[in-house]
Amino acid sequence: MSTVKLTVNGKAVSVEVEDRTLLVHLLRENLNLTGTHVGCDTSQCGACVVHVDGRAVKSCTMLAGQAAGSNVTTIEGLAKGDELHPMQAAFRDNHGLQCGYCTPGMIMSAVDIVHRHGGKLDEETVRHELEGNICRCTGYHNIVKAVLDAAGRMKVAQAAE
Amino acid sequence: MGVEGIGARVVRKEDRRFITGQGRYVDDVKMVGMSYAHFIRSPHAHAKVKGINSAEAMKMPGVIAVLTGQQIVDDKVGNLICGWAITSKDGSPMKMGAWPAMAPETVRFVGQAVAVVIAETKNQARDAAEAVVVDYEELPAAADIKAAIKPGAPQLHPEAPGNIVYDWHLGDEAAVKDAFSKAANVVTLELTNNRLVPNAMEPRAAVAHYDQAEEHYTLYTTSQNPHVARLVLSAFYNIAPEHKLRVIAPDVGGGFGSKIYIYPEEMVALWASKKVGRPVKWTGDRSEAFLTDAHGRDHVSKAEMAFDKDNKILGLRVKTHANFGAYMSLFSSAVPTYLYATLLSGQYVIPAIYAEVIGVYTNTTPVDAYRGAGRPEASYLIERMMETAARQLKVDPAELRKKNFITQFPYQTPVIMAYDIGDFHASIDAAMKAIDYAGFPARKAKAKASGKLRGIGVSCYIEACGIAPSKAVGSLGAGVGLWESAEIRVNPVGTIEVLTGSHSHGQGHETTFCQIIAERLGVPISQVSIVHGDTDKVQFGMGTYGSRSLAVGGTAIVKAMEKVEAKAKKIAAHALEASESDIVIENGEFKVTGTDKSIALPMVALAAYTAHNLPDGMEPGLKETAFYDPTNFTFPAGAYICELEVDPGTGKTSFVNFVAADDFGRLINPMIVEGQVHGGLAQGIGQALLEGAVYDDTGQLVTASFMDYTMPRADDLPSFQLSHTTTLCPGNPLGVKGCGEAGAIGASAAVINAITDAIGNNKLEMPATPDRVWHAIHG
Repeated sequence: MSTVKLTVNGKAVSVEVEDRTLLVHLLRENLNLTGTHVGCDTSQCGACVVHVDGRAVKSCTMLAGQAAGSNVTTIEGLAKGDELHPMQAAFRDNHGLQCGYCTPGMIMSAVDIVHRHGGKLDEETVRHELEGNICRCTGYHNIVKAVLDAAGRMKVAQAAE
Repeated sequence: MGVEGIGARVVRKEDRRFITGQGRYVDDVKMVGMSYAHFIRSPHAHAKVKGINSAEAMKMPGVIAVLTGQQIVDDKVGNLICGWAITSKDGSPMKMGAWPAMAPETVRFVGQAVAVVIAETKNQARDAAEAVVVDYEELPAAADIKAAIKPGAPQLHPEAPGNIVYDWHLGDEAAVKDAFSKAANVVTLELTNNRLVPNAMEPRAAVAHYDQAEEHYTLYTTSQNPHVARLVLSAFYNIAPEHKLRVIAPDVGGGFGSKIYIYPEEMVALWASKKVGRPVKWTGDRSEAFLTDAHGRDHVSKAEMAFDKDNKILGLRVKTHANFGAYMSLFSSAVPTYLYATLLSGQYVIPAIYAEVIGVYTNTTPVDAYRGAGRPEASYLIERMMETAARQLKVDPAELRKKNFITQFPYQTPVIMAYDIGDFHASIDAAMKAIDYAGFPARKAKAKASGKLRGIGVSCYIEACGIAPSKAVGSLGAGVGLWESAEIRVNPVGTIEVLTGSHSHGQGHETTFCQIIAERLGVPISQVSIVHGDTDKVQFGMGTYGSRSLAVGGTAIVKAMEKVEAKAKKIAAHALEASESDIVIENGEFKVTGTDKSIALPMVALAAYTAHNLPDGMEPGLKETAFYDPTNFTFPAGAYICELEVDPGTGKTSFVNFVAADDFGRLINPMIVEGQVHGGLAQGIGQALLEGAVYDDTGQLVTASFMDYTMPRADDLPSFQLSHTTTLCPGNPLGVKGCGEAGAIGASAAVINAITDAIGNNKLEMPATPDRVWHAIHG
């Protein structure tokens, strides 16, 4: 057992976990942040994507101990209070989700994609970048639309700041 | 149409919890004192279980119990059932072997559970499972249809000689023989419908709790139909009587058919929770999903179609072998029979049809309904046949279809189904226009100039959904009725709760069903909530599958609403001192027509509950229920056209365009309908190009992870161009059909027809991987 100290959604936490514990299990089991999901056992599906120090990470590929000292944001920490992140709003407005299971990982990946590509996103880039997130419900059509829509909204928001 | 009524593109009410991480799935449920289950599964496709030694495992930290298949048999927990009895052509009932929840003596597929470890933590259960020693005596395995039906094949169940579950037929053999004897042309086709793994993104899970004082069980489970689960667990598996068992299916992360069934793991979790006196949680991992979720499709077929000299179809003969895997899953027997052969008429006038279906046991995971269930197999066969015939007869594939379309409705096919309505010309014309069918030859020539092979493929599907009229399915062997129930509670303050037996696991019922209420009463959807997925709350229900939620569940809501409105009008008329027949409902108010007198819904509701001034003899309250049994299936139909390019150097396929023109009757929320079509198309295209469950000769599933089984990803798919044509379903008051499965039913044939058109070789099986396409081009 080890003590892992990290910041999750802006809050400092200290958690006692087995050394083999994955970050996703620390979030789900120890911190009850169940918005981060587990959809596979081979790091393929992306349902568990969170941000570690601002970058999208599959939290099933990282030991909890490796996240010590890091700043982790999960889907629960993305909105500012009642105000949805533009990506969350775009997923809702474009019907970019159905069962909702892949959605948190999809949204966290998508935010990172927009951050990395800025305003230069097009459909082909979005589809290529989403290759690590599997959705079985939507056929990706509306997810792609949502990400492109959110990229525009995030650009506007950034310009306003 | 109001802003939130029928036809409005209302954003989904349920989305906020999903996009903020507040969805509540089964694995999110925690209970005080909860223990964790891990199953010990057979690594062999066929073996005798000689012994299970758990002595070392029991000494490991945190281990509470190791429970075996023999114990579950000793406790008289029932075997898993198949709920649809099929009769072979010789009149004999289907031949089934027993399927215990954990195997006490013989395992028949890789992944079948033989024992379960219950421990304090998930990791402890997993660690201890490694220490349980199972002594297997391996037996030879039959891993596919061909291996299972050959002479001398390993036998799975003594009850089913030759591994044959049934040899069934439908249609008029003599009439077909006669039709073929008069044929000017006969077209033959052999094809395989590849086995698929459903892969809902949420793996199956169960949390079971036994309350010793009340002798009452609670089960949280990933189910599309919690009441059916409770019924089966009670009536057949002897877990507990229905009033002592509550089944809750909370947010469920996709189903696609795979979460209809009541699997061994839920049974074991319930049984174990009493045995160990603790709540028990089991959450499957993806590898377990690959090995134990019911697979889909897996047909091998031979088809012949007879044409007269004018290219009119005279008859169709089909012989299909269907792989059931090692055991008969809950609805498996109906899939390649009444959900398949009954759709073999497609959109066409075919005077005579004869279909034979042989159901086969193999040492593989059980196969059951997966999105479309039988109808994709029928549609794929017919639509590849039409394309093949057009090429052989040297006519345009679209024209051959049009020449043979059914145009008069209702239309009685020779294979049970009576199509109520449709307009097949309208949908193919819309699709051809959308893709500029006439301009294709020029585009093909242009592509050729740049070294690419361009192809176009049409698929005109029809399906039967809105499952199903109870009496009709009962006469065909179904063990259940397929009606739906609804309850409408108007609260004293005028807010409304709709309790439905349908279950939403992505379909958006929490929005669509509210829109039906908003349309009728003129109230905002924020005043309405949908309750589903809990046997303690909802009176009963048959659940969600077979694109039935709106056509059957939605109609039940309408029927209950009619009763609510009738009573509310009586109350309003009484309060307004008007005649009941003069009361109209507008914008949430009950008005006396032609006057300015009105009373708002909350005041009517309050009057119903205060009961101070109700009409003489009226009961207080404003709550009504309805059970609705449909009179027929509904028949969504449409035309899909795919245009693509093949790189002859690599065999890789790239989409140019994919257009869909669907007729789903009236659309309640077009945005949600489009989403359903997108998802269905992705699964149909996945089957055509990417997905395929592959077993080796020994029965090992070699595609048992997302590393090996190719799920469609964002960069594998195009954006889709959708449109709708409309014929209103005459069978229900909403005029709706079903939209959930259409894409998966119609898409595969369009893709394969396009590739075979591009490469000029019709011998191509799914999934059409670059390797297969390259070999089809180069021989």
